[in-house]
Amino acid sequence: MIRSQSASQTAGPYVHIGCTPSFAGLKNMYGGHDLGAEMFSSDTSGLLITIKGRIFDGAGMPVTDAMLEFWQADSTGQYASQGGSQGWARRAVDAELAGYSLQTILPAAIGEDAPHIKVWVVARGINLGLHTRIYFDGQANANDPVLTSINDPVRKSTLIAIRDGESYNFDIHLQGENETVFLNV
Amino acid sequence: MTKDKPFNRPDMSLQPRALTPEYRSSRLRSPMRKLLSFTPSQGELLGPNFGHDVINLNDNDLIINYAAPGKAAIGEQIMVHGYMLDENARPVSNSLLEFWQANSGGRYRHKRDGYLAPLDPNFGGCGRTITDGDGYYSLRTIRPGPYPWPNGGNDWRPAHIHFSCFGLGWAQRLITQMYFEGDPHIPLCPIVQSIANGKAVDCLTARLDMEHTVPMGFRAFRFDIILRGQGSTLFENKLEGN
Repeated sequence: MIRSQSASQTAGPYVHIGCTPSFAGLKNMYGGHDLGAEMFSSDTSGLLITIKGRIFDGAGMPVTDAMLEFWQADSTGQYASQGGSQGWARRAVDAELAGYSLQTILPAAIGEDAPHIKVWVVARGINLGLHTRIYFDGQANANDPVLTSINDPVRKSTLIAIRDGESYNFDIHLQGENETVFLNV
Repeated sequence: MTKDKPFNRPDMSLQPRALTPEYRSSRLRSPMRKLLSFTPSQGELLGPNFGHDVINLNDNDLIINYAAPGKAAIGEQIMVHGYMLDENARPVSNSLLEFWQANSGGRYRHKRDGYLAPLDPNFGGCGRTITDGDGYYSLRTIRPGPYPWPNGGNDWRPAHIHFSCFGLGWAQRLITQMYFEGDPHIPLCPIVQSIANGKAVDCLTARLDMEHTVPMGFRAFRFDIILRGQGSTLFENKLEGN
């Protein structure tokens, strides 16, 4: 290595100013459009799904200043490598319950990798952004290399979104008994 | 970049630990379990690509990008510039950078910031740009003020600008903060000191750049961002201690 990698620092409580300025109330910043508001354009083919969830700290309190980013393949198993932000989205969680809602399409399996969405979590108090994945209950998860490497069924279940009526539910626990499995990406 | 080689992992001799108790917010927001190691798939090597057309004129000029026509933000005008490279010193080109910061009085335009310093009606505190083919970027802004924050009774943040960096692959995603050379709050700040390695802190500290400082105009500060590279073998990893 010729250069040393830059150290991470917390996104802090005001991340919204820089990443979702319209959400933060900066009038007409970037034409009033926050980057990553939509995961895919409306004409993208695939099974439409909605994922909802909340994010909690080690005391079970909502992490109301968190920002989440999502990155996924489309329904044919392709990642967008050029043009636009397809397959990528971000959400500031709401200031009361730390909830989010993401409308997207179910990604395809790629090889042994079961359908999943990559998630990156930043907030005040998180020194180095946290990576995890959303898998889906009822999909072909049996041979996925990440899931099969987790022996404890309770730990494994933290990565699997559960059907809840018309949508999926995926909560994130930063710490504690139900701590989400985070990945060394 | 090469599409098939995984990115180097975070170098924990340089990166902050999740739990740094002096920074109180980390106490309940730090995972206690070890991160799960796995073989990265293609999705970790690729990443969103925004293209130059998402950027508008003046997005990287925080002095005027929120100001009324003909007005400007109050404060000491500066330019911050540098290169985004990877650990192999390869340019990270055509890659999105986002910035945010407090105003010259140390106040953020955010409903949760109730600090006594007034808001500047002509300053939003938000900007972005895309690196060029050499990984070069620049922004114009006002130097942010230091401010107190609730942590240990009398903690002050050094003046800083937040940087959000996408890189070329998902694994390179980084948010960090840039500090200013000579700020006496740097060694006192629990957030800065979440990084145990003094050299790594030094790399987050922008240097006064007289070569690009405009006479009778504004001062320039130089700040390079180094994202994780690809293709360090296990053997090289050992040599470099990462």
